[in-house]
Amino acid sequence: MTLDAAELPRLLAGLAAGAKPLDLDAHRAIFGDTLPITRRTLSRAREQLIAEIGRAGLTGKGGGSFPTARKLRAVADRGGTPAVVVTATEGEPLSRKDRLLATRAPHLVLDGALTVAAALGARRIVLAHDRLHLGVGGRLRAAAASRPELAVRGAPDLTVQAVPDGYLSGQETALVAALNGRRAVPAFTPPYPFERGLGRVPTFVSNIETYAQIALIARYGAAWYRAVGTEQAPGSRLVTVGGAVASPGVVEVPGGVRAAEVLVAAGGLSEPVAALLLGGYGGTWTRVDPAALELDEVRLRATGLTLGPGLVFALPASACPVAEVAAVVRFMAGESAGQCGPCRFGLEAIAGALQDLCADDPRGDEPQQIRRWATMVSGRGACAHPDGVARFAASALTVFAGEVADHARYGRCERCDQPSVLLPSRPSSASSLVDAAGTDAIALGGQ
Amino acid sequence: MPAARPEGGRASGRARKPARLVLDPTVCDAHGLCAELAPELITLDDWGYPIVDGRPVEGELLEHARRAVAACPVMALRLRTP
Repeated sequence: MTLDAAELPRLLAGLAAGAKPLDLDAHRAIFGDTLPITRRTLSRAREQLIAEIGRAGLTGKGGGSFPTARKLRAVADRGGTPAVVVTATEGEPLSRKDRLLATRAPHLVLDGALTVAAALGARRIVLAHDRLHLGVGGRLRAAAASRPELAVRGAPDLTVQAVPDGYLSGQETALVAALNGRRAVPAFTPPYPFERGLGRVPTFVSNIETYAQIALIARYGAAWYRAVGTEQAPGSRLVTVGGAVASPGVVEVPGGVRAAEVLVAAGGLSEPVAALLLGGYGGTWTRVDPAALELDEVRLRATGLTLGPGLVFALPASACPVAEVAAVVRFMAGESAGQCGPCRFGLEAIAGALQDLCADDPRGDEPQQIRRWATMVSGRGACAHPDGVARFAASALTVFAGEVADHARYGRCERCDQPSVLLPSRPSSASSLVDAAGTDAIALGGQ
Repeated sequence: MPAARPEGGRASGRARKPARLVLDPTVCDAHGLCAELAPELITLDDWGYPIVDGRPVEGELLEHARRAVAACPVMALRLRTP
């Protein structure tokens, strides 16, 4: 059974708003049976998988966009007995796609994890979620329990584990540290997890969506994968659309899709929009016409933008952009692991300056100071957290130059004290058990 | 008769290999000795933390870099040869 090439949905096949999660039978009905990789065919399977992933051009879907085949190759070349980690922590508050996959299409994710583990000869698989979303863990555990591949003798050891929540919960080295029973903070690299990770063995760590993509490529091949999307942005991907759209939620779109089409897929704009935020709290602002804005990570990066882990947020024109940026940076400063001076003090300084712009008596030089500090903190942490905040703030200064200049001169505006649209209050653990069902989370429009 | 030693008296092999200063920001505690000892390579940011020039260093600069590495109380600095 093959999904039609050049058609969507793929990752979200069989799912619809309000529909039940796919159990193993429903999953097989859509995607077919798994092709087992035996020990005898192990090394050939590994080479075939890496080659196919490479031809497909798959890149990581956790925000880094690292070429997946290269990472597989790095782990494979280390030798030994590797481990596999599936990152389903989704620390970026605006993102919902990882939870969606984990709870509604867990078998596609497990297909990918089992395929990678078999190809790499890994004996251990860990699916990691955060403590704020215990329902995600429960769903993954239940799905794993129904997999016959895991019930046979010699199957890899698969566990679903909770790690501390926070913006950095999915940072690769912080996650591995947490799974190793240490403090969940980023580690200075090298060594990278592909060299020394879970239990000190070479570890393949990737985002949950990347595993789902691997499952599709392993089944249908690179040519099928590239039948949608563009040359530079092949395949499809999940994007969480939020803000001033009629149906916020997760959509599956072809690579290189224009932002305007993504907004249509989310029900279209619900009110006038000031700008788009691409890439989440650590992402970049833009006022480029959505009809001209191609969501192709390579192209975006060439102009200083990023889609991050697939995020598009439409900021309503009714909001105060300076206050919104200030609120997010204040949050992000609080999410710093606090290990590295430039991040710990620099983000605080930027947050303070933004706050001053929304207070009564700004000095007037806050914009220059923010730009200076943004440059000062970039590249100087053990992880990319300060870099994300720096580009978020710097792009805001550029895109909202007029509003920022007004605030530098006059301080708070009449919209500064409105409730934030970018920073919803975080749900409690209890409510997230219900939320994990997420029936409202799929926008499913267009394509 | 032993080969004549080069000027400066240091082992010639090590002095010629291009090395780079690398800082582990997770252990750095802004003591600042490094910036004192290798000001051509290390300056301090607004919060007293070192901004390290990561270009390959040789000769006298390498000597300063070595002193900075040795002086760091928390061993946050190292010299890495690629």
